[in-house]
Amino acid sequence: MNPLVTPDLGLVVWTTVAFAFLFFILAKFAWKPIMAAIGDREASIEKALLKAEAAKEEMERLVHENEALIKQARAERDQILSDAKKVKDQMISDAKEIAHKEGARMIELARVEINNQKAVAMADVKNQVAVLSIQIAEKILQGQLEDQKKQDELVSQLLKEVKL
Amino acid sequence: MDFSHILNSRKITTSVVLGVFLTLLSFGRLYAQEQKAPENGQETKTEEKFDPTETIMEHIGDSHFYHVGGGIAFPLPVILYTNKGVEIFMSSVFGHEGEEIHQGKYYKYALVHDKVKAVTGDDKTIDATASVFDLSITRNVASLWMSVILLLIIFLSVASSYKKRVGKAPKGLQSFLEPVILFIRDDVALPNIGYKYARFMPLLLTVFFFILINNLIGLIPFFPGGSNLTGNIAVTLVLSVITLLVVNLNGNKHYWGHIFFPGTVPIWLWPLWWVVELLGIFSRPFALMIRLFANITAGHIIVLSLISLIFVFKSVAIAPVSVAFVVFMDILELLVALLQAFIFTLLTSLFIGSAIEEHHH
Repeated sequence: MNPLVTPDLGLVVWTTVAFAFLFFILAKFAWKPIMAAIGDREASIEKALLKAEAAKEEMERLVHENEALIKQARAERDQILSDAKKVKDQMISDAKEIAHKEGARMIELARVEINNQKAVAMADVKNQVAVLSIQIAEKILQGQLEDQKKQDELVSQLLKEVKL
Repeated sequence: MDFSHILNSRKITTSVVLGVFLTLLSFGRLYAQEQKAPENGQETKTEEKFDPTETIMEHIGDSHFYHVGGGIAFPLPVILYTNKGVEIFMSSVFGHEGEEIHQGKYYKYALVHDKVKAVTGDDKTIDATASVFDLSITRNVASLWMSVILLLIIFLSVASSYKKRVGKAPKGLQSFLEPVILFIRDDVALPNIGYKYARFMPLLLTVFFFILINNLIGLIPFFPGGSNLTGNIAVTLVLSVITLLVVNLNGNKHYWGHIFFPGTVPIWLWPLWWVVELLGIFSRPFALMIRLFANITAGHIIVLSLISLIFVFKSVAIAPVSVAFVVFMDILELLVALLQAFIFTLLTSLFIGSAIEEHHH
């Protein structure tokens, strides 16, 4: 039989011994701690990844929350602004109305005053005219009554007029 | 555009890999072991007829001497368990060429076809009355223990760096080997065995790295290497018997039920079924044994044949061609070294997976 394919029993024994020795030493002192360490590391990486994922989700939630808050704040601002505009418009229109009424009232007062003043002035003018008329009449009378003849003439005229 | 470039380059890579595999399949598996080449050169100079077969067989077989190169060889201890008692002596007693006969305590010993035999006289006739069990530290055994020590040093230091660097990223040798360990776990054990993979990880890792390191050591043509351990049928026999035992000792009731009580098969066919299934139990590890042995040995043979060409043609001119081919083969052998370690581990986990699979009919 070809020596190549004839297992040498001595080598079989030695291989068995050496492999068994290698297997037990490595299994106990190498593979066990190595596999355990790799497993632990993988577990911790997985945990870290899960934590990172959770943190990401939390961040997203916060961002959403912030966005909602900002949206809400904007809406509130718009509300406030539109309210303020309404109030402003109201105030302006109110002020206009009041001013209008006040103006009308003052105009009325002014008119009344003007009328009063006019009446007063008219009365005054009338008095002045009366005084002036009297004075003029006085002057005229005085002039006409300066000589005796004319006085007599007047008296006689007047007497004529008086009809008894 | 960019995508199509990537796809193209992948196609190219795939076809290159495929090409390499096809070349491998058609040429056989290649391997280097050329430390004795200069020696052979000297032999041819002494006008002996150069016999490549003898040289190659000598190199891929086992030996009681460990050749360092340049004609220098370490003697190795010979340990014999005879029916009269244990004998221990160094192989140097057989002389430099291994031609001399040694008078031991119980018998006379001589090297016959590089194996220690008990002989009767000076003509090396084998002593039929003696029963000798050879437990010598041969070249392969020495290489075996060196690889065991190397593996222990590597993985115990890696394990200690795991203990030192708890929770930290791997560093140095640790970071070099961790992807390999993870590959065995995630791409070999887990998909083939299933969720019960953890129990078998120590065995699969040991088998993988044992085969890998011995394949690689075999690629080194001189002293620390130069052996052909994983190309030795005794070694692959032990490894495949381990697979056989692990698979069948862990087989669950579905596995054995399928073998002995194949429900849908007509009763009269059951005996035939048993024969086929029992053959199957043994043929799968047997294929493992032959595959590893043949791949590694064939590689050695091709490389040695290429080197032998120089001495067959007795011409230096052929050397550049031979060396170029040998370099090519050595590179392929690097791939084969990894591939065979991977395939052995993969098939072992596949067999384990089929034995512990839980069927739900």
